[in-house]
Amino acid sequence: MKGTLSWYMGGVLLAMAFFTAVLLVKPIGVSTQFVIADGLIWNMLDADVITESDSAKSGYESSNAYLNKSGGKYAANIANPLNYSFVFVLAMMAGSFLSTLLGGDKPQSPADREMPSVWRERFGANPALRYIAVFVAGFLVLFGARLAGGCTSGHMMSGMMQTAISGYLFSLGAFATALPLAIIMFKKNK
Amino acid sequence: MELVLAIFLGLLFGFALNRVGATNPENIINMLRLNDLRLMKTILFAIGISSVLLFSGLAFGIIDPSHVSVKSAYVGVIVGGTILGLGFAIAGYCPGTGLTALSAGRKDALFFVLGGFLGAFIYMLSYEWLNTHTFLFNDIAGGATSLVETGNEKYQYILSGGLGKIIGLFIGAGFMVLAWILPRQILEN
Repeated sequence: MKGTLSWYMGGVLLAMAFFTAVLLVKPIGVSTQFVIADGLIWNMLDADVITESDSAKSGYESSNAYLNKSGGKYAANIANPLNYSFVFVLAMMAGSFLSTLLGGDKPQSPADREMPSVWRERFGANPALRYIAVFVAGFLVLFGARLAGGCTSGHMMSGMMQTAISGYLFSLGAFATALPLAIIMFKKNK
Repeated sequence: MELVLAIFLGLLFGFALNRVGATNPENIINMLRLNDLRLMKTILFAIGISSVLLFSGLAFGIIDPSHVSVKSAYVGVIVGGTILGLGFAIAGYCPGTGLTALSAGRKDALFFVLGGFLGAFIYMLSYEWLNTHTFLFNDIAGGATSLVETGNEKYQYILSGGLGKIIGLFIGAGFMVLAWILPRQILEN
């Protein structure tokens, strides 16, 4: 694999990211920021979604029960998107982009840009099919992550790093479906 | 200052995700179909190293326990995990790697992220109903609980004191050993 480290050097680098984050600020998490991004758009279309409030712990409240939970924590982050967690995720995207400029892993061909070869070998090269499937997959992943209260970063990596019971449960749940589905779906026809 | 740290740590994490090959869905799908487990070895190794460093740092007072953040355990964690797992297998992306694959120039990642925005939005709209009509938010193991004491009083734990610390280090070391002994390939599918 061009542009990627050996598995153990990669493990050291990834560990540095997770450890430095908890050393300096807090454990890494990503999926909440999909909610914040949604809330930003929603609040632009309907200014009544997020409002200032003296009674809420965060100083903001929302007409939506999810954004309003934990003292309006999410509502406050939507009102002030230049907060740690949102900027972290934007910087994460920039970090991956910078890595590709410096010789990191990136699509090797226009076809690779549309779908991985393991998909093409099984389902053909029609990009529309891949895009529809991946859209549905994105829906499932973020719906599931929000129901679980975290994703691969927050629950699986940060969670198991801290020996959180929730991290073990999440990982069991995720691999219980991901492994059999991937094995069945991508079985090559011989 | 906090935003400077957000930029530094975000850049580091995004760079790392790309360099371990996690922004390439080929690697994720091949990991999940047990055909090429290099990325799994990387992930287990990273959890192990960061866990050993975390519990050592906490034991020696280098890490502020208030930085620890243990998420709640409830029925929805498992159910949500199984729903996430389906999408993870179909796409070869999770939230973090979907976003970083998009910025690494992958077109299909854009559709993953758009689907993700919709999925998160539908969840936001469903939350109140799910919370009042289902058992999904019933706590497991007392909610925000870690196996080993972290020193942060907000969270519960099962093992405390010196024994907890030692077991914490052993679990971290266990992940590292697991990373080493896990074969590169299990299925030749």
